[in-house]
Parts: sequence; structure tokens; C-alpha cells
Amino acid sequence: MFDMGISLNEFYMVTGMAVVTFGIRYIMFPISGRFKFPELFNRGLKYVPPAVLTAIIVPSVLMPHGNTLNLKLTNPYLVGAIAACVIGGLFKNLLLTIVVSMIIFLVCQWAFAFGAV
Amino acid sequence: MSMNYTFSFKNNSFLYQFFEGAKDTFPLVVGAVPFGIIFGTLAATAGLSSWATMGMSMFVFAGSSQFVAVSLVFAGTAWPMIVLTTFVVNLRHMLYGATMVPFYKHLSPFWKIVLAFGLTDETFAVSVNRYSRKDGVTGKRYYNLGSMVFMYTNWNLCTFIGLTAGKAFPGISRWGLDFAMPATFIGMVIPYLVTKPMWASVVTAGTVSILAAGLPHKLGLMAAAIAGVIVGLVCEKIFCNKEELI
Repeated sequence: MFDMGISLNEFYMVTGMAVVTFGIRYIMFPISGRFKFPELFNRGLKYVPPAVLTAIIVPSVLMPHGNTLNLKLTNPYLVGAIAACVIGGLFKNLLLTIVVSMIIFLVCQWAFAFGAV
Repeated sequence: MSMNYTFSFKNNSFLYQFFEGAKDTFPLVVGAVPFGIIFGTLAATAGLSSWATMGMSMFVFAGSSQFVAVSLVFAGTAWPMIVLTTFVVNLRHMLYGATMVPFYKHLSPFWKIVLAFGLTDETFAVSVNRYSRKDGVTGKRYYNLGSMVFMYTNWNLCTFIGLTAGKAFPGISRWGLDFAMPATFIGMVIPYLVTKPMWASVVTAGTVSILAAGLPHKLGLMAAAIAGVIVGLVCEKIFCNKEELI
């Protein structure tokens, strides 16, 4: 189905994804003037970014290969994530958190894969 | 990056703000580099054409949904299902839009369209902090734009690099660079964790994301986010004194 250089299906897929994504990001602006959001809704909004991001982080770290939990310390994603939490909590520096935890992750992945640990 | 030092921009001028936005987005751009490269390599190995891969980064511009789409293409999923899944995965951005409504209220329709197009997790997180700072500075839209343009340019460049690398080294997608996404997101969540309701919200979202991981079409993500917001609001009520609320 996707074996051709530029297939019609790919065109529909990319166009559809673009329309849907832009629509989601834009829709609140034209409709917001027509009604007022309840106060509770507005207060709930500040929990959205951390809650959504956490809901993306946790499964990708604890279930790196599908739907089975891997809570062992030989899971490089878990070790890297713990490192990121510790570094981020201590230094509050985003760049440092990302770079150091990536290095720890890659070292662990390499070490665990080759049985060095 | 260092341009705002080499040229003497009037503080708070629009160009200054543009570069400030780009500068504050820099750590997130670094996090997006491996993420974008791995997307390009995965797309190349999943059999998506170069045109469609670049088209996604140029016109969709939503990292996690692009990853999901590539995995669905690889599994031979029909395009309407991929579009529907994109809708569900990106639904959270509607809440980002809702958060921005008061900040974009006075902008022209053109600005609203441009800034809404670039409302990614990263640019939203950086810009909402800037808009919320009550320092009387006008033209914060240029800060928002600077963040967005930097993310967008980097994302497309990295997609292109990954696409080229994926064709040259087909094994690259197994190097595990996909950890870049959780690493970046952890760094983004930590600054929020200053109140008890926020902790409760995040712990709930994390727990539900695991419990609901079996739900189809990434609906577990929505369930976890909604549960997190509700628990945060309930805890606000419980710890109802001023220092718990920020």
C-alpha cells in the first residue's frame, strides 16, 4: 500500500493528519468568544501539560517494548528516567537533565545488551 | 543564539523577544534532535516515502503522533484509521489552545493561525510561562514565534537528516535514541512539581497511563490526562490554603 514513491494514500494520510492536528490546535480561538469556560475548567488547565507529559513518559519508560511492565533495573529506559528525575530535581537545568540522562541511558543500553553488567 | 548580544537590540523589542523565545527553547530543541532523527530513520525503514515523511514534519508538526503514524504505516493500517489515531493522540493540544485563548485574544486571525499551527508540547510549555509572567511587556507573540520557528526548523532539519541516515544505515532505528522523548519530557515536568495538587495530578496520570495502557488507539493517554486533571482539582479543594496553590 505504501510501496510507491508518492502514493495517493500517503497524500490522503498526510493531508488528513495535517488538517486534524491544525484543527485541534486552532479550534479554541474562534469558538472561545461565543461562550465562557466555567471557572473549574480554567483552573484544571494548569494540570494539563504535566499530566499529559507524564502519561506519555511513564508507559514509554516502564513498557518500552509494548504492553509488558519492565520494572527491573536492567531496563535502560527506567535507569535513564530515574537519572533524569534525580538530575532534574537537583539542578533544575533542562539541558543538563536531557544530555546526562541520555548518556546514562545509552551506556546502560550498551552495557546491558552486551552483558557487561 | 548569541545574536542578541552581538547586536544591541532595544530590550523588549520584537526582534529581541524573538531571540529570547528561541534561546529559552534551546534545551527542548536539543532534546528534539535525536527524536527528529529517529523519526526520519524509522519512517525510512517503515517504508514511508521521503515525500510523505517530510510532508508530515512540514505540515503536521506533531512529534508523538508522527511516530504513532509511522508504526501504523508499518503495520499496514489504512489511512483513515491513521488520521483518526492522530486526532486522538493530538487531542491534548486542544487544551493547550484553550490555555492560550486569553493570551491570543487580541491577535489578528493571521497571527492566531500561525501560532496555533506551532502549538507543540515544547513551544506551548515555554510560551505559556512567558505569557503568564506579568511584567507588562507587549509583543510576547514574537517570543512565542521565536520558540516555534526554532522548533520547526530543527524538527524538519532533523527529519531530513534521519531520513538520509536511515537509508544509509538501516540499523540506526534500533540504537534506542527514542529515550530522547521521555528524557525531554521529564525535564519539562519537574518545574511544575512544586505543589501537592500538582504532585497528586502527576502521580495519578502516571498510574492510570499504565493501568489503561491496554486501551486501543492511545485512549489510555487521554484517560490518564483527564484523571490527572481531576485529581489535581480535587486536591486543590482538600489543601485549600493559599500556599498550596500557585
